[in-house]
Amino acid sequence: MKKFMFVNRKAPYGTIYALESLEVVLITATFDQDVSLVFIDDGVYELVKGQQTKGIGIKNFSPSYRALEGYDVEKLYVDRASLDQRGLAESDLLVPVEVLDAQQMGELMAQQDVILSF
Amino acid sequence: MKFGVLVNEGPYTHQASDSAYQFVVAALAKGHSIQRVFFYHDGVNNATRLTEPPQDDRHVVNRWSSLAAEHKVDLVVCVAAALRRGIKEEVLAPGFRISGLGQLVDSGIKADRLVTFGD
Repeated sequence: MKKFMFVNRKAPYGTIYALESLEVVLITATFDQDVSLVFIDDGVYELVKGQQTKGIGIKNFSPSYRALEGYDVEKLYVDRASLDQRGLAESDLLVPVEVLDAQQMGELMAQQDVILSF
Repeated sequence: MKFGVLVNEGPYTHQASDSAYQFVVAALAKGHSIQRVFFYHDGVNNATRLTEPPQDDRHVVNRWSSLAAEHKVDLVVCVAAALRRGIKEEVLAPGFRISGLGQLVDSGIKADRLVTFGD
């Protein structure tokens, strides 16, 4: 088993990276690997509650993050500075996460076998 | 060393595909092996044989095809990302094949290093 980490750095809409990253995460989960997700920079917006996308005509895929638990993907880490800079708190997020500072995040990354950054 | 390569951007707009190609050529020249090159996001646009750059420019797509022919490099295009962008079997350049995201995960598992090119 290898340790796969997915680093999500981009806002959920505007580009397709967040959505297609989630598709890789779901596939990786079926391969019985150690999977963790990191949300950093604008990537923290992917997890914000109450997303409404009707106005932009793009599907709101944020409920899928709630389904991750069903795939045994339970390691979700969020960068503290990224939340702070955007005026967000853990209570604004739609799934339980662990909030880490940059040093803790770095240590976690150093333990991974594969890091995919989207 | 056994490398897996991930290309996340399309040709010409972004240098990712050029850099990935140059990385693969250099790795092979040094005696390393390339386990697979996987094309995701707009990277799937590297696989269409309809690509026709001006005569005096490099041909990003044909260059990958030649590499596949000469070194048997496995060029895999993500099916979901491809269908979204109109890339289907009938437009694939030689040497490319369409398969699932599982092939990317497989690269992560089997390769010593998985190297990403693109944003």
